[in-house]
Amino acid sequence: MKGAVFRKGPDYGKSWHKFSNNYLSQVGLGVVALVAVIAIFAPYMAPYPSNAGFFVNYPEAHEPPNWIHIFGTDQFGRDVLSRIMFGFRYSLMMAVVVLSLVVPLGVVLGLVAGYYRGGKVDMVVMRCADIFLAVPPLVLALSICSVLTPSVFNAMMAVSLMWWPWYTRLVYSISSSLRNEAFVQAAEIAGASPFHIIFREILPNCLGPILTKITLDAGWVILIGASLSFVGLGAQPPIPDLGTMVSDGANFLPEQWWVSLFPALAIVLVILGFNLLGDGVRDLFAAETV
Amino acid sequence: MAEQLLDVKDLHVYFKVYEGLLKVLNGVFLNVGAKEKVGIIGESGCGKTTTMKAIMRILAANAIVAGGTIAYRGSDVLQVGMQDLMRLRRTSMSMIFQDPTAALNPVFKVGEQLEDIVRYSEFISHTPTKQEVRTKAVDLLKSAALPEPERILDSYPFQLSGGMRQRVCIAMSLASAKDLLIADEPGTSLDVTIEDQIMRELKQIVEDRGLSVILISHSIGAVKGFVTKLYVMYAGTMVEEAPTDELFSNPVHPYTQNLLKAVPKLTGGGVPEGIAGRIPSYLTIGDGCRFASRCMSAKESCQAHAPPAFDIGNGHRVACFHYGDI
Repeated sequence: MKGAVFRKGPDYGKSWHKFSNNYLSQVGLGVVALVAVIAIFAPYMAPYPSNAGFFVNYPEAHEPPNWIHIFGTDQFGRDVLSRIMFGFRYSLMMAVVVLSLVVPLGVVLGLVAGYYRGGKVDMVVMRCADIFLAVPPLVLALSICSVLTPSVFNAMMAVSLMWWPWYTRLVYSISSSLRNEAFVQAAEIAGASPFHIIFREILPNCLGPILTKITLDAGWVILIGASLSFVGLGAQPPIPDLGTMVSDGANFLPEQWWVSLFPALAIVLVILGFNLLGDGVRDLFAAETV
Repeated sequence: MAEQLLDVKDLHVYFKVYEGLLKVLNGVFLNVGAKEKVGIIGESGCGKTTTMKAIMRILAANAIVAGGTIAYRGSDVLQVGMQDLMRLRRTSMSMIFQDPTAALNPVFKVGEQLEDIVRYSEFISHTPTKQEVRTKAVDLLKSAALPEPERILDSYPFQLSGGMRQRVCIAMSLASAKDLLIADEPGTSLDVTIEDQIMRELKQIVEDRGLSVILISHSIGAVKGFVTKLYVMYAGTMVEEAPTDELFSNPVHPYTQNLLKAVPKLTGGGVPEGIAGRIPSYLTIGDGCRFASRCMSAKESCQAHAPPAFDIGNGHRVACFHYGDI
C-alpha cells in the first residue's frame, strides 16, 4: 500500500510531460544539447580543426560554399564551418562564466535585501541595483570594455557587472513577499535563525523563477558577448568568436555573404535554442492547471 | 494564585502606514499562570492576533511597540536579545496558526520541516543522531493523533488533508512549546467536525503535557469548554477579564453582554441580536472608551478618556466607567 498515493521523490515522468507539453521546448533542448556537444568535441568534430587559430591558406581564400568547405572559406582561406564549431565554445563559455558569477551574487543580494525589507540593507542593495539598471546594458558593457583592454575575460567581467541587478530584482520581489508568509513566521517562532529562514525557507521557494531566468538569460548573455566582439571590444582575432567572425565577414558583404551569414545564423540558432528551452523550463515550474 | 508565566501590561502597538498611524493595541493586559488555559474572544480585527504576534515578537516591520511590557517568566520579551529570543522560541513557547496550509513550507516534506525543529528544540545538550530525531518526530506526530506517522513524514504538505496539516502544525509547535502554546483560531480554516475533533485533542494534549495555553477565537462556543479564564477584546483593548463561568453568568461590560446575546441558541428564541455599528477606524480613533460609539449606555464622559480596568472581585475585571449601573 505504501506509495500507492504518497510517492517518494520527484516524479520524473510527470516533469517530462509538463516540460514537453510544448514540443518547441524539446526542440530547444535538442538545439542546446547539440551546440554543447559540438562545443565540447569541436577539435574532433570540426573538419579542419587547425583553422580555428592562426592559419593561412591563401589559395583557398574566399571560396563560396562547396563540398570541401560546406560553409565556404574566409579571407585567409579558413573553413567557416570549423570556426563556427569552435565559436560555440566561446559563446557557451561566455554564458557559463557570466551566469555562474552573476546568479549566486544577484540571488544572495536579493534574498538578503528582501528579508530585511524596509531596512538599511534593502536600501543600499536595491538602490545600487537601480543605478546599474538605469544605464542601458550594452552601453554600460561597451564603456567598461573600452576602458579595459579588449579580451574575452574583460568582456565577461563587463557583462557580469551589468547583469547581477536583474537577479537581485527578481529574487527581491519574491523574497520580500514570501517574508510575510505564515510558514516563514512559523519558522521564526520555532526559533529559526535568519540564515535558516533565508536559505532554507525562502530560497527553495524562489528556485523555479531563478532557473527559468537562467535558461532564458543564457541566450541574451551570448548575444551581448557577440555584440561586444562584433564592435571589437570582446574576443580578438584570431579567436573564432561568432561575433568577431560576423564583423570580419561584414567587410566582404554582399558578394561573399557566407563569411558573415553562417556565423550570424549560428548565433541565432544558439539564442533560439536557449529561449525555447527557457519556455519549457518555465512550463515545468508553472503551477498546475488541470 | 498559580505561578505567573506571562504578564502583559499596558501594551500599545501602533502601525505606521501611508495614511498615518494606526493605533491598534491600546493598553492591552493579559495574565497567564503556569498550566493555565486562557481564552481571548473578540470580533475580527480587534487585535487578538496582533497581541499574540507581539508576544512572539513577529510583528511586521512597520509595527511600533509604543509602550507596555511583556513579562515572560520575569524577563521582558520586548527587551531580550536575539540569542535569548531564539532560545525562548525554540524551547519554551510556540504558536499554532489559523491556516495550516500557509504555515507549512510547500517545497519540503513534512519530515524535513518537523525534524529541523526537533533538532534544535528537543536536543539542547548534544547533537542528536538522525535516528533520535526521527524517533522524536514520530512521537510528536503520534501525540498529535496522526495515524501512520512514518508515511506523513515522507509526504509533502499538499498531499495531506486540512485536518492532517493542522495536526502536523500542532506536532511542530509541541516540539518547541514546553511552557506556553498560543493557538490562534486553530480550527477556523477547517470544517466544523474536524474543528471539534482538533479542539478536543488539543485540550487533551495540553493537559497531558501541562502546558499553558492562550486560545484565540471569535467563536464563543469553541472556547467555553476549553479555558478557565476568558478575556474579551474590543478594538485593541481588553474590555473584560473573568473566569469562564463567571463571564457567562455575570457579564458586566456592555460589549460582552451584547456579544453573548449575539450567540445563536439551539433552544429557540428567534434570531439572535447583533451589535449595531462596527469597529472604529484605528486611524482616527480618539482617546475615549473605544466602545462608546456603539454602546447603548454611553455617556458624555465616556468620550473623554479611556476607562481603566476596574477590579470587581472574583478575579473579574472590567474596563467600563458605568459597570455598576448596567
